[in-house]
Amino acid sequence: MSNLTRTFGALRSSQKFQKRFSIAMRLVIAVFLIAFSIFPVLWIVSASFDPSQSLATQESIIPRNASLQNYLRLFDKDPNYKFGDLVFQKWILNSVKVSGISTLLSLTITTMAAYAFSRMRFKGRVTMLKGILLIQVFPNLLALVAIYVIIFQFGEIIPALGLNTHAGLIMVYLGGSMGMNIWLMKGFLDTIPRDIDESGMVDGASHFQIFWHLILPLLRPILVVIGILSFIGTYGDFVLARILLNDVNQYTLMVGLQIFTAGQFDQKWGVFAAGALIGALPIMLIYLALQDQIVGGLTQGAVKG
Amino acid sequence: MSQALPEKPKKRSGMTEESFLSRLMRIILLIVFDAGAVWFIQNALSKGFDQLAIVIGVIAVMFNLIFLLPQAYPLRWMAFGLGFLILFTIYPIIFTVYVAFTNYGDGHLLTKEQAIPLIEKQVYLPEGGRSYSWTAYRNEAGEYALWLISPEGETFLAKPGEEILPAKPGDPGIGEADSKGIPLSIEGYQRLNTLLAAADKNLPNIKFGLEGDQVIQIRNPSEAAELQSRFKYDEATDTVVDQSNGEIYYNVDGTFTSRTGKTISPGFRTVVGLKNFRDFLTSPALRGPLVQIVTWNFIFPTVSVVSTFALGLAIAIMFNDPDFPFKKLIRSLLIIPYTIPGLISIIIWRGLLNSEFGIVNKILNDLIGTAPRWTTEPFWAQVAILLVNLWLGYPYMMLVSSGALQSIPSDIYEAAMIDGATPWQRFRRITLPLLLIAVGPLLIASYVFNFNNFNLIYLFIAGGPPIPNAATQAGYTDILISYVYKLAFESGGRGVQYGLASAISIVVFFIVGAITLFQYRFTNMWEEASENV
Repeated sequence: MSNLTRTFGALRSSQKFQKRFSIAMRLVIAVFLIAFSIFPVLWIVSASFDPSQSLATQESIIPRNASLQNYLRLFDKDPNYKFGDLVFQKWILNSVKVSGISTLLSLTITTMAAYAFSRMRFKGRVTMLKGILLIQVFPNLLALVAIYVIIFQFGEIIPALGLNTHAGLIMVYLGGSMGMNIWLMKGFLDTIPRDIDESGMVDGASHFQIFWHLILPLLRPILVVIGILSFIGTYGDFVLARILLNDVNQYTLMVGLQIFTAGQFDQKWGVFAAGALIGALPIMLIYLALQDQIVGGLTQGAVKG
Repeated sequence: MSQALPEKPKKRSGMTEESFLSRLMRIILLIVFDAGAVWFIQNALSKGFDQLAIVIGVIAVMFNLIFLLPQAYPLRWMAFGLGFLILFTIYPIIFTVYVAFTNYGDGHLLTKEQAIPLIEKQVYLPEGGRSYSWTAYRNEAGEYALWLISPEGETFLAKPGEEILPAKPGDPGIGEADSKGIPLSIEGYQRLNTLLAAADKNLPNIKFGLEGDQVIQIRNPSEAAELQSRFKYDEATDTVVDQSNGEIYYNVDGTFTSRTGKTISPGFRTVVGLKNFRDFLTSPALRGPLVQIVTWNFIFPTVSVVSTFALGLAIAIMFNDPDFPFKKLIRSLLIIPYTIPGLISIIIWRGLLNSEFGIVNKILNDLIGTAPRWTTEPFWAQVAILLVNLWLGYPYMMLVSSGALQSIPSDIYEAAMIDGATPWQRFRRITLPLLLIAVGPLLIASYVFNFNNFNLIYLFIAGGPPIPNAATQAGYTDILISYVYKLAFESGGRGVQYGLASAISIVVFFIVGAITLFQYRFTNMWEEASENV
């Protein structure tokens, strides 16, 4: 009897040991993986504080003579350095403005359309839903020629919507608001019980009143997720913005950074690093703070663009 | 319940009772919108933007139908979205499809209506054409006048669009002559000195005299001559005749070409049928790089999806334990690549993998004494792209895999353990099949995304290193979509080719569309959560 207990005890402790060993092993692997994951970020942080600012002279992860010089250069506060005609702070403002406005507007379009798709039955509904997805698959890179022409012609008629204006760019972004996000939103709406709508209907509320007072408050979590994903998507876009904006003062941050690094890149490494960090940090923080909600949205089918 | 019943049919049509006020508002807003649309279309037509006018017209008609017909009520909820969709997605697609069947590109940028006047503008000096020495005058408005002296000493005053008349210094409106017999001034005009006139870029383009009667153009600083139009377009036969020698040029795919193969520039846009698709498939000049590009275009997304999924899944399984220490911290650090805007990450990697100064090569040189040249050797460039994409993509796979893992019921594992299944068997027979059902569609979506991952390919090293002796700009890491971009926007001196680029886009669309449709068939994407309406 006591023999049996002892064997059980040994088994248990060896299992416990095995488990501990396995956790230790996995922690070691985790360290390597984390190194792979954050190594580029660490180098960028280091480069941004390294005043020598060339790719060739960055020798170690801890910069010699660390200083804020690259950040001063970025904001044109270093009298010995000219950041070209580039205006970094303007780019950030432009990016926030363009992404913010187009996110709000496209969220409105998406939510209302998804509500109709979820709550109403009409001819062509399924065809439209499928069509929306299939259209997004078309490689829209070539459509750039047409989009450029449209915006140019718009500008000839209404200058405020033409080339090199943020309003024109936002308009083009809105063209993509009838897309994958409608499916995401509709999927969420489908899970909201129809009893809610019906109770409103019994009280004689119109569709819009039901949508506004009853449904919209329930959509808050998914609105946050889709809003953030769409903000980040627009913030990170550079192809459209690059083609439609041609004045340095109008650039978004991504266009500005891309053009800044176009020539003699290895000589601009330090300033680029500072700019990249400032550009990436807010987005990183949003992601990390809201990772659980975003992951929920992702697993429902969005692919980062 | 019995009260709600009569409501049912109304709800089905999607329409609820509308108050008079809201109906009035709707009509007023629609009238305002229509007024705006009409104004816009008029403006567009007056500027010659016919296609844009048509598109806006279509959208305006759609808006009116949607907001007037009661059965279109549900579409009112998405009217603006549909408008933007038509304008910026559907119209550009139609435009691209149309362009794919044309020769639109360098040398064929203009429409026929624009090109023919340019062709007819070209002039020559016919035998027996008279030439003059000239002096130029200009008025405040920037209009020019010429004082002409023939070899015989006759003098004329010529203005654009006016008959050329004999004139003499001292005539009314004409000032006194200088020592060479040229008037010092002409009323309203200022005389240009020789230097200023020779430097003037407008002067050689101006036709003095009445068109169809006698036209004089400046040929060089000392001579102005009676030039004649060289080419005359005949609309009936769609040919151009060279007036100087009677040679006939025929319209061949948007270029006027003579029997002997001479061509007139500019060419113009015209429909060339399937020529672009034929070129894409058969042209020997394209074939070399295209085989390389298409092959790589399939390798790149395949390896990317497999590698990112393998790493992501491995991580997800490793840390799936609910009470694993620092679980949250580890996950936060591991998703960092996903949280940085792609453009910034890719440019960072371009710096890190720089062959000469990049830190990766410094470390490799220190450790093993050698390092690959990531940006100049084709093989290593492809490896670099795959590595960067692994870094960019594994966090997403990790997130979706760990989500899916948690949805696998644990009693299946317990049953398998009782049956004595090894961990590998459990993974192979339970985890992987169940996981693939859940994330399969996402893997296909990721494949499609990477199939057209223009940003990575283009921002990293712009598709380089270049393929030597390629007929068009192409590199070893180019995929079709980046190749299309180069054809359309970066001529590199070889001329942009919108037609060919659009044709390739359409081929890409069919490949990607087929994959997507396959994905929908194989998943239950179309089934909806609540059909019990």
